[in-house]
Amino acid sequence: MLRLHPFRYHRPDTIEEAASLLAEFGADAMPIAGGTDLMPNMKHRLFTPAHVVSLNGIDAMRGIGFNAAGDRLRIGALEKLADVASHPVVRRHCPGLAEAAGLVAGPQLRNMGTIGGNVCLDTRCTYYNQTEFWRAALGYCLKKDGTVCHVTRVGRKCVAAHSADTPPNLIALGASLSLTGPGGTREIDAGDFFVTDGILNTRRAPDEIVTEVVIPITNGRHRSSYMKLRQRNSIDFPLLSVAIAGEFEDDGTVAGLTGVVSALGARPRVLAGWTEIAAGKRLGSRVIEALAERAWSQCRPLENIIVDAEWRRAMVPVFVKRALEGLDGK
Amino acid sequence: MEVVRLRVNGDERVCGVPAHYTLLEALRYGLGLTGSKQGCDKGDCGACTVIVDGRAILSCITPVWEAEGRDVRTVEGLANGTELHPVQDEFDLNGAAQCGFCTPGILCSSVALLDRNPSPSRGEIRAALSGNLCRCTGYEKIYDAVEAAAARLDP
Repeated sequence: MLRLHPFRYHRPDTIEEAASLLAEFGADAMPIAGGTDLMPNMKHRLFTPAHVVSLNGIDAMRGIGFNAAGDRLRIGALEKLADVASHPVVRRHCPGLAEAAGLVAGPQLRNMGTIGGNVCLDTRCTYYNQTEFWRAALGYCLKKDGTVCHVTRVGRKCVAAHSADTPPNLIALGASLSLTGPGGTREIDAGDFFVTDGILNTRRAPDEIVTEVVIPITNGRHRSSYMKLRQRNSIDFPLLSVAIAGEFEDDGTVAGLTGVVSALGARPRVLAGWTEIAAGKRLGSRVIEALAERAWSQCRPLENIIVDAEWRRAMVPVFVKRALEGLDGK
Repeated sequence: MEVVRLRVNGDERVCGVPAHYTLLEALRYGLGLTGSKQGCDKGDCGACTVIVDGRAILSCITPVWEAEGRDVRTVEGLANGTELHPVQDEFDLNGAAQCGFCTPGILCSSVALLDRNPSPSRGEIRAALSGNLCRCTGYEKIYDAVEAAAARLDP
Protein backbone atom coordinates (compact mmCIF):
# COMPACT_ATOMS: atom_id res chain seq x y z
CA MET A 1 0.00 0.00 0.00
CA LEU A 2 1.39 3.39 -1.01
CA ARG A 3 -0.16 6.29 0.87
CA LEU A 4 -0.11 9.84 -0.41
CA HIS A 5 1.17 12.61 1.83
CA PRO A 6 -1.48 15.06 3.10
CA PHE A 7 -2.21 17.95 0.71
CA ARG A 8 -4.98 20.38 -0.19
CA TYR A 9 -6.71 19.87 -3.52
CA HIS A 10 -7.76 22.89 -5.61
CA ARG A 11 -9.96 22.65 -8.68
CA PRO A 12 -10.15 26.04 -10.45
CA ASP A 13 -12.32 26.64 -13.56
CA THR A 14 -10.03 28.94 -15.53
CA ILE A 15 -6.40 29.06 -16.62
CA GLU A 16 -6.00 32.43 -14.86
CA GLU A 17 -7.26 31.06 -11.52
CA ALA A 18 -4.97 28.03 -11.81
CA ALA A 19 -1.97 30.22 -12.66
CA SER A 20 -2.67 32.52 -9.73
CA LEU A 21 -2.98 29.56 -7.31
CA LEU A 22 0.37 28.21 -8.55
CA ALA A 23 1.93 31.65 -8.15
CA GLU A 24 0.40 32.17 -4.70
CA PHE A 25 1.69 28.87 -3.25
CA GLY A 26 4.97 28.86 -5.19
CA ALA A 27 7.17 25.85 -4.46
CA ASP A 28 4.40 24.38 -2.25
CA ALA A 29 2.12 23.79 -5.25
CA MET A 30 2.09 21.58 -8.33
CA PRO A 31 -0.39 21.31 -11.20
CA ILE A 32 -2.08 17.99 -11.94
CA ALA A 33 -4.06 16.87 -15.01
CA GLY A 34 -4.45 13.12 -15.67
CA GLY A 35 -2.27 12.40 -12.64
CA THR A 36 -0.73 9.28 -14.18
CA ASP A 37 2.81 10.63 -13.69
CA LEU A 38 2.42 12.87 -10.63
CA MET A 39 0.31 10.51 -8.49
CA PRO A 40 2.81 7.59 -8.55
CA ASN A 41 5.65 10.07 -8.10
CA MET A 42 3.93 11.54 -5.05
CA LYS A 43 3.35 8.02 -3.69
CA HIS A 44 7.12 7.54 -4.02
CA ARG A 45 7.68 10.87 -2.21
CA LEU A 46 9.49 12.30 -5.23
CA PHE A 47 7.17 15.29 -4.88
CA THR A 48 5.33 16.35 -1.73
CA PRO A 49 3.48 19.58 -2.59
CA ALA A 50 1.19 20.97 0.12
CA HIS A 51 -1.19 22.20 -2.61
CA VAL A 52 -2.20 20.23 -5.69
CA VAL A 53 -3.89 22.37 -8.36
CA SER A 54 -6.12 20.34 -10.66
CA LEU A 55 -6.42 21.61 -14.24
CA ASN A 56 -9.28 19.24 -15.07
CA GLY A 57 -12.04 21.82 -14.55
CA ILE A 58 -10.61 24.14 -17.21
CA ASP A 59 -12.72 23.67 -20.34
CA ALA A 60 -10.61 26.17 -22.31
CA MET A 61 -7.80 23.59 -22.32
CA ARG A 62 -9.85 21.01 -24.23
CA GLY A 63 -10.63 20.49 -27.90
CA ILE A 64 -8.90 19.40 -31.10
CA GLY A 65 -9.34 21.47 -34.26
CA PHE A 66 -7.90 23.75 -36.93
CA ASN A 67 -7.43 27.50 -36.67
CA ALA A 68 -9.45 29.75 -39.01
CA ALA A 69 -6.74 29.75 -41.68
CA GLY A 70 -6.63 25.96 -41.59
CA ASP A 71 -2.84 25.79 -41.34
CA ARG A 72 -2.44 25.09 -37.61
CA LEU A 73 -3.91 22.16 -35.71
CA ARG A 74 -4.57 22.98 -32.07
CA ILE A 75 -4.77 20.25 -29.43
CA GLY A 76 -5.90 21.37 -25.97
CA ALA A 77 -3.45 20.20 -23.32
CA LEU A 78 -6.20 18.35 -21.41
CA GLU A 79 -7.09 16.09 -24.33
CA LYS A 80 -6.70 12.49 -23.24
CA LEU A 81 -4.03 10.45 -25.02
CA ALA A 82 -6.71 7.92 -26.03
CA ASP A 83 -8.66 10.71 -27.76
CA VAL A 84 -5.56 12.12 -29.49
CA ALA A 85 -4.73 8.60 -30.72
CA SER A 86 -8.18 7.99 -32.19
CA HIS A 87 -9.03 11.48 -33.46
CA PRO A 88 -9.58 11.34 -37.25
CA VAL A 89 -7.91 14.71 -37.93
CA VAL A 90 -4.81 13.79 -35.91
CA ARG A 91 -4.65 10.37 -37.55
CA ARG A 92 -4.92 11.89 -41.01
CA HIS A 93 -2.48 14.79 -40.66
CA CYS A 94 -0.10 13.55 -37.94
CA PRO A 95 -0.13 9.73 -38.06
CA GLY A 96 3.15 9.48 -36.15
CA LEU A 97 1.72 11.54 -33.29
CA ALA A 98 -1.50 9.49 -33.21
CA GLU A 99 0.55 6.30 -33.20
CA ALA A 100 2.71 7.58 -30.33
CA ALA A 101 -0.29 8.67 -28.24
CA GLY A 102 -1.80 5.21 -28.76
CA LEU A 103 1.39 3.52 -27.56
CA VAL A 104 1.70 5.41 -24.26
CA ALA A 105 1.49 2.99 -21.30
CA GLY A 106 -1.74 0.93 -21.30
CA PRO A 107 -5.42 1.57 -22.09
CA GLN A 108 -6.54 2.83 -18.67
CA LEU A 109 -3.56 5.21 -18.47
CA ARG A 110 -4.39 6.59 -21.95
CA ASN A 111 -7.96 7.18 -20.76
CA MET A 112 -6.53 9.28 -17.93
CA GLY A 113 -3.27 10.82 -19.14
CA THR A 114 -3.31 14.01 -21.21
CA ILE A 115 -1.11 15.24 -24.04
CA GLY A 116 -0.07 18.25 -21.93
CA GLY A 117 0.96 15.94 -19.12
CA ASN A 118 2.85 13.72 -21.53
CA VAL A 119 4.79 16.74 -22.78
CA CYS A 120 5.65 17.60 -19.16
CA LEU A 121 6.40 13.99 -18.07
CA ASP A 122 9.12 13.82 -15.44
CA THR A 123 12.35 12.12 -16.51
CA ARG A 124 12.81 8.51 -15.40
CA CYS A 125 15.67 6.45 -14.01
CA THR A 126 16.06 3.09 -12.28
CA TYR A 127 17.46 4.86 -9.21
CA TYR A 128 14.74 7.54 -9.09
CA ASN A 129 11.36 5.89 -9.76
CA GLN A 130 11.39 3.88 -6.54
CA THR A 131 9.76 4.10 -3.14
CA GLU A 132 11.15 6.32 -0.41
CA PHE A 133 12.28 3.16 1.43
CA TRP A 134 14.19 1.85 -1.62
CA ARG A 135 15.86 5.20 -2.35
CA ALA A 136 16.80 5.75 1.31
CA ALA A 137 18.47 2.31 1.41
CA LEU A 138 20.73 3.38 -1.46
CA GLY A 139 21.48 6.81 0.01
CA TYR A 140 19.22 8.61 -2.53
CA CYS A 141 20.48 9.99 -5.86
CA LEU A 142 21.49 13.20 -7.57
CA LYS A 143 17.98 13.88 -8.91
CA LYS A 144 16.25 13.68 -5.55
CA ASP A 145 17.57 14.11 -1.99
CA GLY A 146 21.09 12.81 -2.69
CA THR A 147 24.49 13.82 -4.07
CA VAL A 148 25.59 10.78 -6.08
CA CYS A 149 24.50 9.64 -9.52
CA HIS A 150 24.34 5.83 -9.42
CA VAL A 151 24.35 5.64 -13.22
CA THR A 152 27.57 7.52 -13.97
CA ARG A 153 29.06 7.22 -10.42
CA VAL A 154 31.23 10.29 -10.90
CA GLY A 155 29.02 12.61 -12.96
CA ARG A 156 27.67 15.87 -11.61
CA LYS A 157 24.80 15.89 -14.06
CA CYS A 158 21.57 13.92 -13.80
CA VAL A 159 21.10 11.57 -16.76
CA ALA A 160 17.53 10.41 -16.09
CA ALA A 161 15.82 9.60 -19.38
CA HIS A 162 13.19 11.64 -21.17
CA SER A 163 10.52 8.93 -21.50
CA ALA A 164 7.48 10.57 -23.08
CA ASP A 165 6.19 9.28 -26.42
CA THR A 166 4.52 12.35 -27.93
CA PRO A 167 7.28 15.02 -27.67
CA PRO A 168 9.66 13.42 -30.22
CA ASN A 169 6.80 13.57 -32.72
CA LEU A 170 5.88 17.14 -31.79
CA ILE A 171 9.51 18.16 -32.31
CA ALA A 172 9.68 16.37 -35.68
CA LEU A 173 6.44 18.08 -36.74
CA GLY A 174 7.74 21.55 -35.76
CA ALA A 175 4.98 21.99 -33.17
CA SER A 176 4.89 24.71 -30.55
CA LEU A 177 3.54 24.81 -27.00
CA SER A 178 1.52 27.56 -25.31
CA LEU A 179 2.42 28.27 -21.70
CA THR A 180 0.56 30.54 -19.32
CA GLY A 181 2.08 31.82 -16.11
CA PRO A 182 1.89 34.86 -13.86
CA GLY A 183 3.67 36.93 -16.52
CA GLY A 184 1.16 36.07 -19.24
CA THR A 185 1.20 33.65 -22.13
CA ARG A 186 4.13 32.65 -24.32
CA GLU A 187 4.76 30.20 -27.13
CA ILE A 188 7.82 28.00 -27.32
CA ASP A 189 8.92 25.58 -30.04
CA ALA A 190 8.68 21.97 -28.90
CA GLY A 191 12.28 21.62 -30.08
CA ASP A 192 13.42 24.32 -27.63
CA PHE A 193 11.28 23.10 -24.72
CA PHE A 194 13.61 20.39 -23.43
CA VAL A 195 17.06 20.81 -21.88
CA THR A 196 19.79 18.28 -21.07
CA ASP A 197 19.23 18.38 -17.31
CA GLY A 198 17.69 15.17 -15.99
CA ILE A 199 16.55 16.89 -12.79
CA LEU A 200 14.30 19.46 -14.49
CA ASN A 201 14.38 18.84 -18.22
CA THR A 202 11.94 21.45 -19.53
CA ARG A 203 11.84 25.21 -19.79
CA ARG A 204 8.43 25.31 -18.10
CA ALA A 205 8.64 27.39 -14.92
CA PRO A 206 7.03 25.69 -11.89
CA ASP A 207 4.15 28.19 -11.97
CA GLU A 208 3.55 27.90 -15.70
CA ILE A 209 0.86 25.72 -17.31
CA VAL A 210 1.13 24.13 -20.76
CA THR A 211 -2.31 25.00 -22.17
CA GLU A 212 -2.14 23.76 -25.76
CA VAL A 213 -0.08 22.13 -28.45
CA VAL A 214 -0.08 23.73 -31.91
CA ILE A 215 1.06 21.81 -34.98
CA PRO A 216 1.68 23.49 -38.35
CA ILE A 217 -0.09 21.63 -41.16
CA THR A 218 1.23 22.02 -44.71
CA ASN A 219 -0.58 21.17 -47.89
CA GLY A 220 2.39 19.31 -49.28
CA ARG A 221 3.02 15.59 -49.16
CA HIS A 222 3.75 15.12 -45.52
CA ARG A 223 4.33 11.79 -43.76
CA SER A 224 5.28 10.83 -40.23
CA SER A 225 5.81 7.67 -38.23
CA TYR A 226 6.78 6.47 -34.76
CA MET A 227 8.48 3.36 -33.39
CA LYS A 228 8.85 2.41 -29.73
CA LEU A 229 11.04 -0.24 -28.13
CA ARG A 230 9.95 -1.62 -24.77
CA GLN A 231 10.02 -4.88 -22.85
CA ARG A 232 6.26 -5.51 -23.01
CA ASN A 233 3.95 -4.12 -25.68
CA SER A 234 1.84 -2.40 -23.05
CA ILE A 235 2.25 -0.40 -19.84
CA ASP A 236 6.03 0.06 -20.17
CA PHE A 237 7.87 3.29 -20.87
CA PRO A 238 10.12 3.31 -23.95
CA LEU A 239 13.66 1.96 -23.87
CA LEU A 240 14.13 3.74 -27.20
CA SER A 241 11.78 5.82 -29.32
CA VAL A 242 12.09 7.07 -32.89
CA ALA A 243 9.86 9.73 -34.46
CA ILE A 244 10.24 10.74 -38.10
CA ALA A 245 8.51 13.43 -40.16
CA GLY A 246 9.20 14.09 -43.82
CA GLU A 247 8.10 16.39 -46.64
CA PHE A 248 8.09 14.82 -50.08
CA GLU A 249 7.97 16.14 -53.63
CA ASP A 250 5.27 14.89 -55.99
CA ASP A 251 7.74 12.42 -57.51
CA GLY A 252 8.36 10.86 -54.09
CA THR A 253 11.78 12.39 -53.49
CA VAL A 254 12.61 13.89 -50.10
CA ALA A 255 12.25 17.65 -49.64
CA GLY A 256 12.97 17.60 -45.91
CA LEU A 257 13.41 14.90 -43.30
CA THR A 258 13.58 15.14 -39.50
CA GLY A 259 14.37 12.24 -37.21
CA VAL A 260 14.11 12.47 -33.42
CA VAL A 261 15.36 9.77 -31.05
CA SER A 262 14.50 9.67 -27.36
CA ALA A 263 14.36 7.65 -24.13
CA LEU A 264 18.17 7.60 -24.16
CA GLY A 265 19.11 10.85 -22.43
CA ALA A 266 17.44 13.72 -20.59
CA ARG A 267 16.02 15.26 -23.75
CA PRO A 268 14.95 14.07 -27.19
CA ARG A 269 17.77 14.22 -29.76
CA VAL A 270 17.15 15.69 -33.20
CA LEU A 271 19.34 13.66 -35.55
CA ALA A 272 21.83 15.83 -37.38
CA GLY A 273 22.54 15.63 -41.09
CA TRP A 274 19.45 13.78 -42.22
CA THR A 275 18.14 16.21 -44.81
CA GLU A 276 21.63 16.39 -46.36
CA ILE A 277 21.68 12.61 -46.79
CA ALA A 278 18.16 12.25 -48.12
CA ALA A 279 17.29 15.52 -49.93
CA GLY A 280 16.37 15.02 -53.56
CA LYS A 281 16.45 11.24 -53.24
CA ARG A 282 13.82 8.57 -52.78
CA LEU A 283 13.83 6.62 -49.53
CA GLY A 284 15.37 3.51 -51.05
CA SER A 285 17.30 0.91 -49.09
CA ARG A 286 20.68 2.60 -49.60
CA VAL A 287 19.42 5.96 -48.30
CA ILE A 288 17.68 4.26 -45.39
CA GLU A 289 20.93 2.43 -44.50
CA ALA A 290 22.86 5.70 -44.55
CA LEU A 291 20.26 7.44 -42.34
CA ALA A 292 20.26 4.55 -39.85
CA GLU A 293 24.06 4.54 -39.70
CA ARG A 294 24.06 8.30 -39.13
CA ALA A 295 21.51 7.89 -36.32
CA TRP A 296 23.52 5.14 -34.62
CA SER A 297 26.70 7.24 -34.59
CA GLN A 298 24.87 10.00 -32.67
CA CYS A 299 23.25 7.88 -29.94
CA ARG A 300 25.04 6.69 -26.80
CA PRO A 301 22.57 5.44 -24.19
CA LEU A 302 23.57 5.11 -20.54
CA GLU A 303 22.51 2.56 -17.91
CA ASN A 304 19.73 4.85 -16.65
CA ILE A 305 17.31 2.00 -17.30
CA ILE A 306 18.35 -1.49 -16.20
CA VAL A 307 18.42 -2.83 -19.73
CA ASP A 308 21.76 -3.33 -21.48
CA ALA A 309 22.77 0.02 -22.95
CA GLU A 310 24.72 -1.56 -25.81
CA TRP A 311 21.63 -3.49 -26.86
CA ARG A 312 19.54 -0.32 -26.76
CA ARG A 313 22.18 1.35 -28.93
CA ALA A 314 22.20 -1.59 -31.34
CA MET A 315 18.43 -1.20 -31.68
CA VAL A 316 18.76 2.44 -32.85
CA PRO A 317 19.47 1.62 -36.55
CA VAL A 318 16.91 -1.22 -36.46
CA PHE A 319 14.12 1.03 -35.21
CA VAL A 320 15.17 3.95 -37.42
CA LYS A 321 14.89 1.67 -40.46
CA ARG A 322 11.48 0.41 -39.36
CA ALA A 323 10.25 3.95 -38.77
CA LEU A 324 11.52 5.07 -42.20
CA GLU A 325 9.84 2.09 -43.85
CA GLY A 326 6.70 2.98 -41.87
CA LEU A 327 6.54 6.34 -43.65
CA ASP A 328 5.32 4.56 -46.77
CA GLY A 329 1.64 4.90 -47.45
CA LYS A 330 0.98 7.25 -44.57
CA MET B 1 -11.77 14.94 6.93
CA GLU B 2 -13.76 16.42 4.08
CA VAL B 3 -17.09 15.42 2.61
CA VAL B 4 -17.05 13.91 -0.86
CA ARG B 5 -20.17 13.06 -2.89
CA LEU B 6 -19.85 10.16 -5.29
CA ARG B 7 -22.30 8.49 -7.68
CA VAL B 8 -21.29 4.84 -7.44
CA ASN B 9 -23.19 2.08 -9.25
CA GLY B 10 -26.17 4.42 -9.59
CA ASP B 11 -26.31 5.33 -5.89
CA GLU B 12 -25.58 8.79 -4.55
CA ARG B 13 -23.06 8.22 -1.76
CA VAL B 14 -21.57 10.66 0.73
CA CYS B 15 -18.51 9.91 2.80
CA GLY B 16 -15.83 11.62 4.85
CA VAL B 17 -12.30 11.27 3.50
CA PRO B 18 -8.93 12.96 4.00
CA ALA B 19 -8.29 15.45 1.16
CA HIS B 20 -5.41 13.36 -0.19
CA TYR B 21 -7.42 10.14 -0.62
CA THR B 22 -7.53 8.36 -3.97
CA LEU B 23 -10.79 7.18 -5.50
CA LEU B 24 -9.75 3.61 -4.63
CA GLU B 25 -9.23 4.49 -0.97
CA ALA B 26 -12.60 6.26 -0.84
CA LEU B 27 -14.32 3.22 -2.39
CA ARG B 28 -12.63 0.68 -0.15
CA TYR B 29 -12.25 2.51 3.16
CA GLY B 30 -14.94 5.19 2.90
CA LEU B 31 -17.76 3.19 1.27
CA GLY B 32 -16.77 -0.39 2.10
CA LEU B 33 -16.69 -1.36 -1.59
CA THR B 34 -13.69 -3.68 -1.42
CA GLY B 35 -14.25 -5.34 -4.80
CA SER B 36 -11.76 -2.98 -6.48
CA LYS B 37 -8.34 -4.23 -5.44
CA GLN B 38 -5.24 -2.44 -4.20
CA GLY B 39 -2.46 -4.19 -6.13
CA CYS B 40 0.67 -2.28 -7.08
CA ASP B 41 -1.10 0.91 -5.91
CA LYS B 42 0.85 3.00 -8.44
CA GLY B 43 -0.84 2.55 -11.78
CA ASP B 44 0.95 -0.48 -13.22
CA CYS B 45 -1.18 -3.56 -12.61
CA GLY B 46 -4.83 -2.70 -13.33
CA ALA B 47 -6.30 -4.44 -10.26
CA CYS B 48 -8.00 -1.18 -9.20
CA THR B 49 -9.67 -0.59 -12.60
CA VAL B 50 -13.15 0.98 -12.38
CA ILE B 51 -15.38 2.54 -15.04
CA VAL B 52 -15.80 6.33 -14.87
CA ASP B 53 -18.18 7.92 -17.39
CA GLY B 54 -17.91 4.78 -19.52
CA ARG B 55 -14.13 4.53 -19.58
CA ALA B 56 -11.84 2.14 -17.73
CA ILE B 57 -9.50 4.09 -15.44
CA LEU B 58 -7.15 3.30 -12.55
CA SER B 59 -8.74 4.34 -9.26
CA CYS B 60 -5.48 3.97 -7.27
CA ILE B 61 -3.99 7.04 -8.97
CA THR B 62 -7.19 9.07 -9.36
CA PRO B 63 -7.64 11.82 -6.75
CA VAL B 64 -11.07 11.24 -5.19
CA TRP B 65 -12.15 14.80 -6.09
CA GLU B 66 -11.85 14.01 -9.81
CA ALA B 67 -14.67 11.47 -9.45
CA GLU B 68 -17.17 13.98 -8.02
CA GLY B 69 -20.07 14.60 -10.37
CA ARG B 70 -19.14 11.64 -12.54
CA ASP B 71 -20.63 8.20 -12.97
CA VAL B 72 -18.50 5.59 -11.18
CA ARG B 73 -19.08 1.89 -11.84
CA THR B 74 -17.25 -0.79 -9.87
CA VAL B 75 -17.32 -4.58 -10.00
CA GLU B 76 -20.09 -4.51 -7.36
CA GLY B 77 -22.33 -2.72 -9.86
CA LEU B 78 -21.95 -5.05 -12.84
CA ALA B 79 -24.52 -7.69 -11.83
CA ASN B 80 -28.24 -6.94 -12.05
CA GLY B 81 -29.38 -7.98 -8.59
CA THR B 82 -28.64 -11.68 -8.34
CA GLU B 83 -28.30 -12.01 -12.11
CA LEU B 84 -24.64 -11.92 -13.12
CA HIS B 85 -23.45 -9.70 -15.95
CA PRO B 86 -22.76 -11.94 -18.98
CA VAL B 87 -19.03 -11.22 -18.64
CA GLN B 88 -19.09 -12.42 -15.02
CA ASP B 89 -21.09 -15.50 -15.97
CA GLU B 90 -18.70 -16.38 -18.79
CA PHE B 91 -15.68 -15.91 -16.50
CA ASP B 92 -17.28 -18.57 -14.29
CA LEU B 93 -18.17 -20.91 -17.15
CA ASN B 94 -14.75 -20.58 -18.82
CA GLY B 95 -12.65 -20.86 -15.67
CA ALA B 96 -11.24 -17.41 -16.37
CA ALA B 97 -10.45 -16.67 -12.71
CA GLN B 98 -7.98 -18.50 -10.51
CA CYS B 99 -6.88 -16.57 -7.43
CA GLY B 100 -9.34 -13.86 -8.45
CA PHE B 101 -7.32 -10.83 -7.37
CA CYS B 102 -7.07 -9.33 -10.87
CA THR B 103 -10.63 -10.34 -11.79
CA PRO B 104 -12.59 -7.23 -10.67
CA GLY B 105 -10.28 -5.00 -12.71
CA ILE B 106 -10.43 -7.27 -15.75
CA LEU B 107 -14.23 -7.45 -15.52
CA CYS B 108 -14.41 -3.64 -15.51
CA SER B 109 -12.01 -3.33 -18.47
CA SER B 110 -14.04 -5.97 -20.34
CA VAL B 111 -17.42 -4.33 -19.65
CA ALA B 112 -16.05 -0.91 -20.68
CA LEU B 113 -14.85 -2.51 -23.94
CA LEU B 114 -18.13 -4.29 -24.71
CA ASP B 115 -20.21 -1.20 -23.94
CA ARG B 116 -18.22 0.67 -26.58
CA ASN B 117 -17.56 -2.17 -29.02
CA PRO B 118 -20.13 -4.98 -28.77
CA SER B 119 -18.32 -7.35 -31.14
CA PRO B 120 -14.59 -6.95 -30.62
CA SER B 121 -12.00 -9.09 -32.39
CA ARG B 122 -9.63 -11.23 -30.34
CA GLY B 123 -6.95 -8.60 -30.98
CA GLU B 124 -9.20 -5.80 -29.74
CA ILE B 125 -9.93 -7.80 -26.58
CA ARG B 126 -6.21 -8.35 -26.01
CA ALA B 127 -5.51 -4.65 -26.52
CA ALA B 128 -8.34 -3.57 -24.20
CA LEU B 129 -7.08 -5.89 -21.44
CA SER B 130 -3.39 -5.09 -21.96
CA GLY B 131 -3.40 -2.83 -18.90
CA ASN B 132 -4.53 -5.62 -16.57
CA LEU B 133 -1.95 -8.06 -15.26
CA CYS B 134 -2.93 -11.61 -14.29
CA ARG B 135 -0.27 -13.83 -12.73
CA CYS B 136 -2.31 -17.07 -12.75
CA THR B 137 -4.18 -17.84 -15.93
CA GLY B 138 -2.06 -16.97 -18.93
CA TYR B 139 -4.95 -14.84 -20.27
CA GLU B 140 -6.31 -17.31 -22.85
CA LYS B 141 -9.34 -18.30 -20.77
CA ILE B 142 -9.94 -14.65 -19.97
CA TYR B 143 -10.05 -13.78 -23.70
CA ASP B 144 -12.29 -16.82 -24.28
CA ALA B 145 -14.70 -15.57 -21.61
CA VAL B 146 -14.88 -12.04 -23.05
CA GLU B 147 -15.45 -13.45 -26.54
CA ALA B 148 -18.24 -15.67 -25.25
CA ALA B 149 -19.83 -12.76 -23.38
CA ALA B 150 -19.67 -10.62 -26.54
CA ALA B 151 -21.42 -13.38 -28.49
CA ARG B 152 -24.20 -13.46 -25.87
CA LEU B 153 -24.58 -9.68 -25.71
CA ASP B 154 -24.48 -9.13 -29.49
CA PRO B 155 -25.52 -12.43 -31.09
